[in-house]
Amino acid sequence: MLDASEGYTTADGRKIGGVLMEMQNITLRFGGVVAIKDISFDIREGEIRAIIGPNGAGKSSMLNVISGFYRPQEGAVIYKGRKRPAMKPYQVAQQGIARTFQNIALFEGMSVLDNVMTGRLTHMKSSLFSQALWWGKAEAEEIANRELVERVIDFLEIQHIRKTPVGRLPYGLKKRVELARALAAEPSLLLLDEPMAGMNVEEKEDMSRFILDVNDEFGTTIALIEHDMGVVMDLSDRVVVMDYGKKIGDGTPDEVRNNQDVIDAYLGVSHD
Amino acid sequence: MEKTASSGALESVPALLLRNAAERGARPAFREKEFGIWQSWTWAETEKEVEALALGLINLGVKPGDFVAIIGRNRPYLYWSFVAVQSVGAVPVPLYQDAVAEEMAYVLEHCGARFVIAGDQEQVDKVIDVQDRLHQFEHMIYLDPRGMRKYDHSRLHDFRHVQEQGRAAYDEFMPELVRRRAALGYDDICVMLYTSGTTGRPKGVVLSNRNILITSENSAAFDHLTENEEVLAYLPMAWVGDFIFSIGQAFYAGFCVNCPESPDTMMTDLREIGPTYYFAPPRVFETLLTNVMIRMEDAGRFKRWLFKVCMDHARKVGPDILDGKPVGAWDRFKYALGELLIYGPLKNTLGFSRVRVGYTAGEAIGPEIFDFYRSLGINLKQLYGQTEASVFITQQPDGEVRSDTVGVASPGVEIRIAENGEVFYRSPGVFVEYFKNPESTADTKDPDGWVATGDAGFIEEATGHLRIIDRAKDVGKMADGRLFAPKYVENKLKFYPNILEAVVFGAGREMCTAFINIDLTAVGNWAERNNIAYASYQELAGHPEVYAMIERHVAEVNESVAKDEMLSGCQIHRFLILHKELDADDGELTRTRKVRRRIIEEKYADLIAALYDGSTEIFTRTEVTYEDGRKGEISATLEIRDAKVVGGGERMAAE
Repeated sequence: MLDASEGYTTADGRKIGGVLMEMQNITLRFGGVVAIKDISFDIREGEIRAIIGPNGAGKSSMLNVISGFYRPQEGAVIYKGRKRPAMKPYQVAQQGIARTFQNIALFEGMSVLDNVMTGRLTHMKSSLFSQALWWGKAEAEEIANRELVERVIDFLEIQHIRKTPVGRLPYGLKKRVELARALAAEPSLLLLDEPMAGMNVEEKEDMSRFILDVNDEFGTTIALIEHDMGVVMDLSDRVVVMDYGKKIGDGTPDEVRNNQDVIDAYLGVSHD
Repeated sequence: MEKTASSGALESVPALLLRNAAERGARPAFREKEFGIWQSWTWAETEKEVEALALGLINLGVKPGDFVAIIGRNRPYLYWSFVAVQSVGAVPVPLYQDAVAEEMAYVLEHCGARFVIAGDQEQVDKVIDVQDRLHQFEHMIYLDPRGMRKYDHSRLHDFRHVQEQGRAAYDEFMPELVRRRAALGYDDICVMLYTSGTTGRPKGVVLSNRNILITSENSAAFDHLTENEEVLAYLPMAWVGDFIFSIGQAFYAGFCVNCPESPDTMMTDLREIGPTYYFAPPRVFETLLTNVMIRMEDAGRFKRWLFKVCMDHARKVGPDILDGKPVGAWDRFKYALGELLIYGPLKNTLGFSRVRVGYTAGEAIGPEIFDFYRSLGINLKQLYGQTEASVFITQQPDGEVRSDTVGVASPGVEIRIAENGEVFYRSPGVFVEYFKNPESTADTKDPDGWVATGDAGFIEEATGHLRIIDRAKDVGKMADGRLFAPKYVENKLKFYPNILEAVVFGAGREMCTAFINIDLTAVGNWAERNNIAYASYQELAGHPEVYAMIERHVAEVNESVAKDEMLSGCQIHRFLILHKELDADDGELTRTRKVRRRIIEEKYADLIAALYDGSTEIFTRTEVTYEDGRKGEISATLEIRDAKVVGGGERMAAE
């Protein structure tokens, strides 16, 4: 059993730290529909944590609870040791949580560079006035931000589309730009909503590589939702499995793979 | 050659570096775009970087005479590695970065490299994959630390860390470095380059400091290269041309070498730098022209009209203006107007505004393509060269440029044509030997220093220019004794933008036949404009309309081939369009994208048989290799078509 304060060491020798976020008995209802039912789990510093489950299991709802977009009726979200009060999404972002979206939410008319720069918004301190006049602190701040953004662009290998409007990019690259924007915010927790959806095998391999590298280079904690079982099992340190709003499994990929409830949920059981 | 103190000082690349640092220390030597900004290093800074790395290499135990492999894309750090390795008396051996692990294993084992300097994780992984088979391999230095944190670092070293250790051990090792650097002379090995080889295993071509430095000096003088040139280094570092341009000539003349941010940003970086001295294989010029034409097709009617009018005029007078021939004042005025409206902006878009000397080599270039660039006022010339010659055999002087010759003998080069038409040369650039391969050395180079090029050609009497017909061993006879020169026909076919690659068969046969590879960019765009739907390369390649188009191209080529009496037998009677692109990963092309006839003949024996047995279609399975080395299989039914041939070339009765 995992201790709440101490971490563990993964099979490939990475040190995983203490608990970064803890979900305590979360229940989320939309009217009479129970999307999430009494779920508890934690996310530890430095780990790649996956939430999987069949269609309609409540994965995206769970991610929206983590990101503060949905407010659960019951239960509590403990983030960095403190219970999180009701927050607006931008306040959550200021707390160091960044995310990507299942249906890509970028500014289509803006260039890749500008899109990624928006990821730095929460870090900009200079006033609207000095930014508009390009005077005082604004210039130095913009240069520092641009430098960080350029490092992200280099890291994700999107230099060749730096000045291209996002609307002209193919789907796989848009996904990468979205990841770049999230990374530019230097998040302590990165949420990825189906990062591989709609990609071909090669694009999936590239994206997996980037996710692993982000975790390895920056030590970013990553929580991701994904459909593709193979990808999840290869990438994640620990996996939560959901089905019909309930948690039916939690553990390392091997543990989860051998869990009878999980097998039943994915492959179906005969009702006789 | 007698070594004197003064000339001895400039008998190696490290010596040139010291001279440049002293004489033009504040001028830029290298630039690289990183994090969106061009970072630059002066000659003085370069000298310090190279010195730190050289000291680090001594610290790691690199000894004089060791071989050090260098693998990666064009980056200043890797160019410094060349010079640092030379400084400590070792021999740099650049490898093609897109080679698969197997190919690398052969070269690394053959030269017995004790050290490897690799660009990034991808290259490191490949070497790690094969390291157990390498007997002499000891340490690897990597440049980009990304993704390498978890690797076992007992034999792996960070490039910057090696430099730091070198700086820290300055007092300890500097006397040793000075001693080793001073010992370098004309007879020491400058670099060893593996030729990709159209047949058999790659051979290690040993080039001495004499070869490289004298060649650099002669060729820099030929084109009046100065320290003000700017070049973009984007061609493989393992290729002799890049070594001559980015190290030999750059260090000799002291000009600046610019490295692109990534292979994908090459075009943008080219525009930003605006090189004055530019080199590209014909393929690059073809691709550029295809892209320009595709974009013009999408332009508005007025722009298309203006482009056409201006380009027609440029084709008429542009090359003459460039060659300094007399051109009427009215035509000159119209050309100047065209420069303002079309040529100037177009050159700017392509990044060619400042090109003073441009070269193309490696393959024949289509006359239309060649003339297009020259008519824009770009001084594009051809040269003919080989790794064994330290590149230069012949090149075209300014004002004597034509698309069908490769120019006159380069300074210091003698040329001789043998009885069978094969071209021989002798020059100060002639290689020392093939490493550990005395038989091949003796086969290629005779005791008097004459080297067989393996190409057949002749010298035009009127102009003294050399014309190359084909590979000497590929020039053969057909069954009825007529001359067979496949490359000659293939080049004519490849001049069509729709045809990427062609392979012609016919040696010892009654008639010639061909495989065609379509160009996906050009044909795909054509399909889009003509509302032809397709799901894959294979489907597009087999489309009846595509076949009809290629059939017209083949007929036109036959018409043109028929005009040449000697070669009229080479008309193509039957052809098919291949269902996959010929690829270096499958061994069908060399890494420099030359066709490997022998391998194609073996691999596609069933298709060749079908070309000659009169069948109209054939089912085939082909093994393909993916970029990561995995293998797969594709199958297809290919159509075979008869092409129209012109009188005199009719097929002889088969029986």
